[in-house]
Amino acid sequence: MSARIIGMLAAEAPNPLLPKTPDLIWSSVVFAILLAVFWFKVLPSFKKNLDSRTEAIEGRLQAAEKAQAEAAAKTANIEAEQAAARTEAASIREAARAEGALIIAEMREQAAQEAGRLTEQAKAQIEAERQSAIISLRSEVGALAVDLASSVVGASLKDDKNSNHMVEQFLAEIDSKAGKN
Amino acid sequence: MPAGGFEPPSIDEFYPEAVLFAGTPYEMNRIMLIRILVITLLVGLLWAWSNTFAKSYKNKQYVPSRFQLMGEISVGFVRKSIAHDQLGEKDGDRFLPLLTTIFFMVLGMNITGIIPSLNIAGTSTIGLPLVLALGAYVTFIYAGIKKHGVKFFKTALLPSGVPSVFLPLVFLIELLSTFILRPVTLALRLTMNMVAGHLLLVLCFSATQFFFFEGQGFLKVMGAGTFTFGFVFTLFEILVAFLQAYVFTLLTTVYIQLALADDH
Repeated sequence: MSARIIGMLAAEAPNPLLPKTPDLIWSSVVFAILLAVFWFKVLPSFKKNLDSRTEAIEGRLQAAEKAQAEAAAKTANIEAEQAAARTEAASIREAARAEGALIIAEMREQAAQEAGRLTEQAKAQIEAERQSAIISLRSEVGALAVDLASSVVGASLKDDKNSNHMVEQFLAEIDSKAGKN
Repeated sequence: MPAGGFEPPSIDEFYPEAVLFAGTPYEMNRIMLIRILVITLLVGLLWAWSNTFAKSYKNKQYVPSRFQLMGEISVGFVRKSIAHDQLGEKDGDRFLPLLTTIFFMVLGMNITGIIPSLNIAGTSTIGLPLVLALGAYVTFIYAGIKKHGVKFFKTALLPSGVPSVFLPLVFLIELLSTFILRPVTLALRLTMNMVAGHLLLVLCFSATQFFFFEGQGFLKVMGAGTFTFGFVFTLFEILVAFLQAYVFTLLTTVYIQLALADDH
């Protein structure tokens, strides 16, 4: 033991730049172990983990984008539908208004026609009644003339003067009557 | 220096006596045991992370738990900020196993330098940095040959557009810088950072110990100063641990990227 210590002390100071065999051997061992662990164990799972996460994130982002696009499309659809409904309602109102105006105008014309027709009818009736009145008057005048003639013949044929006067008076009377008509 | 107790740390710090299998090529000392401990913890942590990843995509549970998120951020940092930034997504993922291994290995092994009772970085003897640098070296040469065939060496050593007079000189410089200095500097930068950090911390804290328990009067006050210095350096070592892990990984990535580039 003491010989060994003396030997160690006597030995020259070791050169730190030159490796000793055990140093190299154990260094190689730990290096190989760590390299193997990284190569075959840590890094594959590390990369797989990151890749799958990236994939998942990208997938979710895409899904979110799709959902957003769908929502936007839906909103646009609804807005378009609303606009269409509004224009339709406006056009319906417009058509109804036009139709109403048309109906009023038609009614007005019909009423005017009806009124004209009634007036015509009334006029025609009045004319007809007048005609019939004239006709019946004529026949009455004839009867009266016969009456008169008989009375003239019966009573006062003896007096020519008197009868002449009577006939004249009668005719004047008829004329005045006719003039009134 | 006061006579007696105080012994400044030496390079022997990094050659503690064997604990297991003494005399065999598998001889283990404290540093090797620390490496085994770190690799056990790292594999355990990574395994657990990996399981949460697997569970996450199997169950389509896309919101990560806090623990899972930590794993995703850690691995994702190397993947996005180092590999993808330099190599693009395709090549970045191709070389990711090596890059993550380097990053987590260096970080895990560095950080033991400030963990109480471990107190020495697993990367503070050159073996581990050398293995990692060798991994980087083999990988960037592989990347270059795979992409350009033998032409890779031609474009690397005899860049186009150089006047033929300078070609021998450029050839030598490129040979030295690309195929010899790159792995050596990768390994040395890391080792020396850890060695220096460790020596500084040991110096500070053993000085503190000495001042407090063996010093007289004013020297005890000095102890407070060395302790503060040691504390600040401990924090600094955390930064260095991260920084060296980042630098090692980044440089490896850049070397691969240069090997893949069509023309330098």
